[in-house]
Amino acid sequence: MVRPAHRRPGQSRKAQYSLFVAYVIAVTGAVAGLLLAVLSVVDPVGFAALRVASHEVTAPIARASRSVIGSISGIDDAVSAYVGAGSQNRRLRKELAATRRQLVATSSLQEENRQLKTLLKLQEADKTAIANGYLLTSTSTSSKRIALLSIGRNLGVAAGQPVRGADGLIGRILGSGPSVSQVLLITDIDNIVPVRRARDGLPALAYGRGNGDLDIRTLNIANNPFKPGDILVTSGTGGLYPPNIPVAIVIRRQDDGALARPLADPAKVDAVSVLRPYTPDNAEALLKPDADAVPEVPKAP
Amino acid sequence: MNQKGPRLGEPASLWRMRAVPVATVLIASALPLMLPLVASSPVLPPLGLLFFLCWQLLRTEMWPVWIGLPLGLWDDLFSGAPIGTAVFLWTAASIAIAYLSQRIYWRGFFHDWAIGALLVAIVQSIAALLTHPHAETGRVLGLVAPQIIVSILLLPLFLRLTGKFDNFRLKRR
Repeated sequence: MVRPAHRRPGQSRKAQYSLFVAYVIAVTGAVAGLLLAVLSVVDPVGFAALRVASHEVTAPIARASRSVIGSISGIDDAVSAYVGAGSQNRRLRKELAATRRQLVATSSLQEENRQLKTLLKLQEADKTAIANGYLLTSTSTSSKRIALLSIGRNLGVAAGQPVRGADGLIGRILGSGPSVSQVLLITDIDNIVPVRRARDGLPALAYGRGNGDLDIRTLNIANNPFKPGDILVTSGTGGLYPPNIPVAIVIRRQDDGALARPLADPAKVDAVSVLRPYTPDNAEALLKPDADAVPEVPKAP
Repeated sequence: MNQKGPRLGEPASLWRMRAVPVATVLIASALPLMLPLVASSPVLPPLGLLFFLCWQLLRTEMWPVWIGLPLGLWDDLFSGAPIGTAVFLWTAASIAIAYLSQRIYWRGFFHDWAIGALLVAIVQSIAALLTHPHAETGRVLGLVAPQIIVSILLLPLFLRLTGKFDNFRLKRR
């Protein structure tokens, strides 16, 4: 049982005034906070520095706890994996059979491709990576999907650079501090990635759902061409994300497009690399076979 | 008489009585960013908010009503929501608790749970809507609904934990 509050300050003028002043401060501050929130929604860049600075404080502890425990892979994912195990098994068998057939067809193409490339003297070196790091932690209590990357301005990471894992696209840099930076994951509700279907180049947009999945919407809504198993890669449209990075695999058709799952799960990915943003001058450097400015790829700390 | 040492049965130091509640909320707010957990949805309950509400439900008069301003600002730095969201919502929540504690004179456990549950649901929903102003309302609320339910179910535990911290705070020497 809670003791009743003695909010009435009695006859003392001083006590009455101090209580009144406390309420005035609280209401004024709350209104100011609301205005600040609206401001930081309108101009997220202005406040990013403040937030990154606070993340610099927790980053050493996150590094330490990560090295002790290792990365806790998605809890929600593990639960749903149990629920969907049966149907998933059936689906995977089907996919495996289809993939085997494709693999045979692809291997001959790969060989041909290699020979053609040697003819053209194209180098396979990845010229787009700036630095490599790993994801430390993320905002797991709010609906915003921001992860913390273990490298920052010390290795040339800056806002607006795309981030990818070995399996596919992870997100883009939101802000960078001296030694850590924030990554807005592609699954965030406010993140939109221009994609195309790997098979035939059908353009579409991938919207984050905020719960780990993506909504895929085509540009023409007349028909719904997606089938489960379709692979989506970045198209490079609109800059920022370089083309041909794997993004997601379609798992279900929907009324207005499809539901897709990112190929790179940020919860399980270990190392990620920060890429150069796909701006016109960078794109030209990429296409040039013998660009002399080959960027060094520093090792992750 | 030895003036330097603490006397038997003396009340806890003022410093400890003031610092413990604030420290628990600050640490709970920053804790999710210290765990090596890269979540794909809001999986953890808002620890800072839960401790903040529990302290106020347990000790209504301990803090002035404006305490949500500094504590909320700290939470905003770590939660990922736009800065100012928790400043506004936490202060509004403490005003609501102050009001309700005058209305409901003898509050019991279930009163506390109900008030806490209501405030957690409102604060988390509005925070999510402020974070994603352009997204569909239904989708955003659906995103935080599981988190709200988990938080409400965990509230009694947090009330007990806060009680333990309160015992430590007031422990006589």
